[in-house]
Amino acid sequence: MNTKTLARLTFLGAAISWLVLVFSDVTVLFSDLKGLTPDIPIWLPPLMLDLYVVSIYYYYKFKIERDEGLNFTDLLWRVFATGLIATVLSLALRLLDFLLGSTMLSSNIFFIDVQYLANLGLLISFLLAAFSAWKRLILYQKSKWLIRGWTLFEIALMIVLLSDNIKLFQQEWFLTSVSILIGLLALVLSANMKWVAYLNFRQKWTSLLLLLLSFFYLGYFFYTTNRLSDTIALQSSSFLEFRGHIFNIYLFSFIMLYSIFSFLVILFNLPTSSVFEQKLEEVVNFQRISQSVQTEQNEESVYEILLESSVSSVFADAAWLEIKGEHEQNRLQTHHISEVEARKIQEHLNGRNVKGILEQSSDRTRNLSAHLSSLRGTRFRSLMAFPVHVKGEKIGTLALLKELPEGFNKEMAQIVSAFANQAGISIENFRLLKEAIQNERYKEELKIAKTVQKSLLPTHLESANDFDIAAFSESADEVGGDYYDTLRITDSQVGLIIADVSGKGTTAAFHMSQMKGIFHSLAQQALDPKEFMVRANQALRYCLERGSFISATYFVVDAEARRIYYSRAGHCPVLYYRAQENGLEYITDKGAALGMVKGKDFCNYVETNSIPYHPGDIMVLYTDGITEAKNQKGEEFGSKRLKQTIQEVLEQSPREMQNHLIRNLYAYTGTEEIDDDYTTMIVKFKHARTIENQTR
Amino acid sequence: MVHIKRLQEDGADILAIVGEIDASSSIELDLTIAKSVGEGFTRIFVDCSSLEYISSAGLGVFMSYIEEFRDKSIIMILYGMKEKVHNTFQILGLADLLHIRANKQEAKQLLHELSA
Repeated sequence: MNTKTLARLTFLGAAISWLVLVFSDVTVLFSDLKGLTPDIPIWLPPLMLDLYVVSIYYYYKFKIERDEGLNFTDLLWRVFATGLIATVLSLALRLLDFLLGSTMLSSNIFFIDVQYLANLGLLISFLLAAFSAWKRLILYQKSKWLIRGWTLFEIALMIVLLSDNIKLFQQEWFLTSVSILIGLLALVLSANMKWVAYLNFRQKWTSLLLLLLSFFYLGYFFYTTNRLSDTIALQSSSFLEFRGHIFNIYLFSFIMLYSIFSFLVILFNLPTSSVFEQKLEEVVNFQRISQSVQTEQNEESVYEILLESSVSSVFADAAWLEIKGEHEQNRLQTHHISEVEARKIQEHLNGRNVKGILEQSSDRTRNLSAHLSSLRGTRFRSLMAFPVHVKGEKIGTLALLKELPEGFNKEMAQIVSAFANQAGISIENFRLLKEAIQNERYKEELKIAKTVQKSLLPTHLESANDFDIAAFSESADEVGGDYYDTLRITDSQVGLIIADVSGKGTTAAFHMSQMKGIFHSLAQQALDPKEFMVRANQALRYCLERGSFISATYFVVDAEARRIYYSRAGHCPVLYYRAQENGLEYITDKGAALGMVKGKDFCNYVETNSIPYHPGDIMVLYTDGITEAKNQKGEEFGSKRLKQTIQEVLEQSPREMQNHLIRNLYAYTGTEEIDDDYTTMIVKFKHARTIENQTR
Repeated sequence: MVHIKRLQEDGADILAIVGEIDASSSIELDLTIAKSVGEGFTRIFVDCSSLEYISSAGLGVFMSYIEEFRDKSIIMILYGMKEKVHNTFQILGLADLLHIRANKQEAKQLLHELSA
């Protein structure tokens, strides 16, 4: 069952109990007046009253206590509204009584009894509404002991309520001790007034008014029910005398007590409420500044919030915020002051050589009011300035102005300082966030570059039926500068290249892609290797920046002549295995790297060499990343170790040789992190199966 | 890390390189050579006896001055290289483009010949 249904049920229960109460009480009264024994037991009216109290209590428990949406003034308003309705109803009854005039009915004791019971019902309803509201106010800032105290209080009140019907509770000593307990608890509980501090100035006034009106209702009901019960008491004593019902008295007293306490506390809190409001606003402003990063605002809005918050926190009449511009010009944000006037004050202070905050170099909060007095034609008499720092660097100045002399105090300086610091932190966060996003973007770009570059290296190597080939390349950075490729030139000729661009990273990668273009355009022209290098140098002379060069070796494997023609341009010497002589040696010859000599005379520094090849011969090409790979002690892998490594696996296929080399290399360096790009290309010659067909 | 000491002898500038020249320290080498040229030296010796390692970026620095020095008739002679370092110059073909001698004596001898 939801709360609404429960509330309705309890209300229905209250209405029924009240009706039964009226009938039973009238019957009892009637019997008494006629001297008869009543048909119904005399304990019924008090029991019905108790039932009515319990029902109404639960009704408000569901209506008021469980309603989370109510704030403090809403609570008081509920109490007030209940009181208002009750009073209006009660007044309506009186009006009815008045309209009837002095007829038989109006002086009829039963009619008076009904009136009395109606007023009593309304009074109790009002009291319990207030009780529920007070409970929420008292328990606003709960503690374990407070809740226990309140529970005890409610139990004690319950005992008092039932004392009318249960003999056990009617013993003098018992009731006295319960009464004392209730009195003490009421006093202790009434001291819980923390909610008052959270009211703002207007809410306090509203609360005072609502409380005052509630006092009026209480007084009115007390008077009315008293008068009516007196009237009845003159004729008979056998009716439900509420004054004999201590519960009503206690409840009434408690409601009154807490109302008076609240009233007084609110009244005395009125003068200081602006301070509390101020503090609260400061906290809210603080939050606004610090949360501006999350709410996807920009630096501008932080400046705005800083300016606004500072002005409102110290009641400044005007303010400006000067932000160091990216260029010479500083930006000025103003509040209730023209930019011209702000600049005039700045100039004035600068003119008087005030070593203060207004020049961007100083970094201390300063009160500059004294210097302001010498400026004519300004309405301001107080000036205070604060620096705004981001990462220890001053990015701006906040100046606050007041028309009053001596308008700022230490507390104000502190709070504005805190604002300025927080704003600095927020701006720093903005910048960090921006940087992080930017970095993320660069990373993405590099990833793309890596993919593109990977695609520049061949996925498929040109093979021929008289040699097998395998190649491997791994870059140190996201993108590398090593290049290898193959191209079939004619049916009998295959061009091979291995190249290493000086430097690493992005620039190297760009040159590598140029090298690929050059290789593919020159190789298919079936050039002599030296001519290839000369033209490549020609093509690169304007592309390579100062100090950059590309070392390369270009090979033409001619299956018809069974020779390798090659030209080495500064690249690592080829490691060649001659199967017939069982000799593994580096081939040394001369050759300058591409880009070393920009002029035509480059042709003097490169040459074409040729060597015959035979089945079983092996050609190992590599870049200096391999020979210069260092181990933990800083020793290089070196050409000797390379030779030795290859020597171990001469019988294997190029792929296996390559894997062996890479394994050994990584084992030697002892890390997966590499310093320079590793590239190797291994060619192993074999018996051609159908050499006639190949050469046509 | 690299440290480059400069001292003058008989009107020639001697740059003694101590340590390793990699991509980052090559800038220092470049600056030192540029400074020497800027100060008007036309005879520059580079003492490589304490040069432990040189990367392609470092070689690029020497390379980048070849044409400028030829045009301005500045003579730069490197000497005292360790074998491993010399090998790097050799492979790249720089040995043919630069003046490289085994020791200071030979370097001075070469300077004498070239100046004559």
